Amino acid sequence: MAAETATPFKSRPVQAPYPPGSKPKRKRTWTRYRLMRYYVVPWLFMIPILGLHAFVVVIPALQGVYYSFTDWSGIGEAEFIGLRNFEELFFEDQSYIDALSRNVQWMIFRVTIPFAFALFGASLLARVKRGAMFYRTALFMPFILPSIVTATIWRYLYNPRYGLPTLVGYDKALLGQSDTALWAIAFADNWQFWGFLMVLFLTAMQGIDPVLYDAAKVDGANRWQEFWNVTLPGIRPVVLFMMMMVMIWAFLVFDYVFILTGGGPAGATEVISIDIYKNAFQRFEAGYAAAQGMTICLFAGLVVSAFAFLRKRGWDI
Amino acid sequence: MIARREFFLFRKQRENTAFNHIFLSILVVFSLGPVVLLAVNSFKSNAEMGLNPLGLPQEWRLENFGRAWEQGEFERTFKNSVIYVVGTVSLALVLCGLAAYSLARKNPPGANFVMLYLLVASTVPVWLYLVPLFFLWRQLEFLNTYHGLILIYTAFNAPFSIFLLRSFLIGLPVELEDAARVDGANELQVLLRVIVPLAWPGFLTVGLVVGIGVWSEFQVAVIFTHKPDMFPVTTSYFKFTDRFGRDWALTNAGAFMMVAPVLILFLALQRRFVEGLTQGGVKF
Repeated sequence: MAAETATPFKSRPVQAPYPPGSKPKRKRTWTRYRLMRYYVVPWLFMIPILGLHAFVVVIPALQGVYYSFTDWSGIGEAEFIGLRNFEELFFEDQSYIDALSRNVQWMIFRVTIPFAFALFGASLLARVKRGAMFYRTALFMPFILPSIVTATIWRYLYNPRYGLPTLVGYDKALLGQSDTALWAIAFADNWQFWGFLMVLFLTAMQGIDPVLYDAAKVDGANRWQEFWNVTLPGIRPVVLFMMMMVMIWAFLVFDYVFILTGGGPAGATEVISIDIYKNAFQRFEAGYAAAQGMTICLFAGLVVSAFAFLRKRGWDI
Repeated sequence: MIARREFFLFRKQRENTAFNHIFLSILVVFSLGPVVLLAVNSFKSNAEMGLNPLGLPQEWRLENFGRAWEQGEFERTFKNSVIYVVGTVSLALVLCGLAAYSLARKNPPGANFVMLYLLVASTVPVWLYLVPLFFLWRQLEFLNTYHGLILIYTAFNAPFSIFLLRSFLIGLPVELEDAARVDGANELQVLLRVIVPLAWPGFLTVGLVVGIGVWSEFQVAVIFTHKPDMFPVTTSYFKFTDRFGRDWALTNAGAFMMVAPVLILFLALQRRFVEGLTQGGVKF
């Protein structure tokens, strides 16, 4: 900026910034002014946030990779032990394997139920004109609620004394039994999440050429055929992308489990993140927790590469 | 046969959407019902809750709110949450606004790398860096401080904010900026006098999404604050439900007070919310 004031405008007229990729070929005369204008100032604008982001995310992430190969309590020196943590995780620690299988169950729930809700809602809503805005707002609303509030609502709805289960004569605590707790939590999560998916799908559906629907109608397609042959192929990129993201997020689930059951009853809802939390902050096994964090990264990588692999195999993903 | 086909093609038939309305209404009841129930229950007494768990209260009791406000120490935690939200939103808007402007307009060498970096960084699982971050923060004595949490929230929201602001700034006409430059404005002046007045809807959207995200945030808050003095509403409310778990009137009233500001903002500016949240896509 100092250079700009030092260089009078009349001797060097201002160039309009070119749209990216279309810089005309011309002789470049490098002056301090140009250097400032096109290199230094733009980077000065980006450095604060990139620096902060690197400090909060990248540096700890790299530390996490290192600590995962160490035995470290969180205080003092970390002792390098190679792959020992991972060996223990995958071959000796049954609770980790159980936690992982719960994450996989959670993932299966998350790519089916919310997607079914969202596809159903979006395909209904895409056809409605009157009240469309109201429906969209109402169905999206749970998504903006804090997880703690959603959890409170559903804890109340699930309560065995006068909650929803009592309406059908079921008087056991859904959250208090090992075989139902995880699904009860997943359903509360679904309640909050599906509206978000629905709006994404709805936006994608509005981009489908209406001619295709006319054509389907001419061919005598019923609602289901129309959905299966026109709508779904039309929004497939969005659906598949969201499936990938949801599968990655399924390994991160923390809030609902932590708030509603804290991993109980008897560890029946203990997912990986809860295990990490306990290892790192309660059992002073930070190195082991870091290794568990690494495995989440590994699974996320597996999901992404599975999608990439299928795309390469010619699946139009 | 042909006649029938033409009938379909040329007469724009009004579609029968009764089916859609019926099922959408069911879905609306499913989505809004629990929220309405939360609101209604926060006016009931505990005795009535048992007798009449799902209906309207016979008498609307306002003292639940006073009780929850006192017992849940909402005065302090609301203040804390407001500090976290305002701090994060202002820091994120300033820093991400600068970066987004640079990426949208200057396109310096390395801009593509920055975009790729942000994309990858926003998909790296948070549990990879949360544990080391905690111990780093403890070393720096950033735990239980306002700036400690604000810095984390700002960084976590950065990729989303930058993407959204950038796409918003790209849509603005360049000519106005050039005009300002011809008049002798420097980069910062262009940004403050031209871009911000034009792009305020984009900034508002990002501010809303980030603000709501921070207000609702639980996971980071529960790890990085332990002193009740520094709790935001979410974690303090969590402790509160631990203590008063069976006092449904109290916990419902507390939860309703916590979401009321969010709901009011959402209803007033819902279009911006929906756009911001769905365009950004990624929630950490």
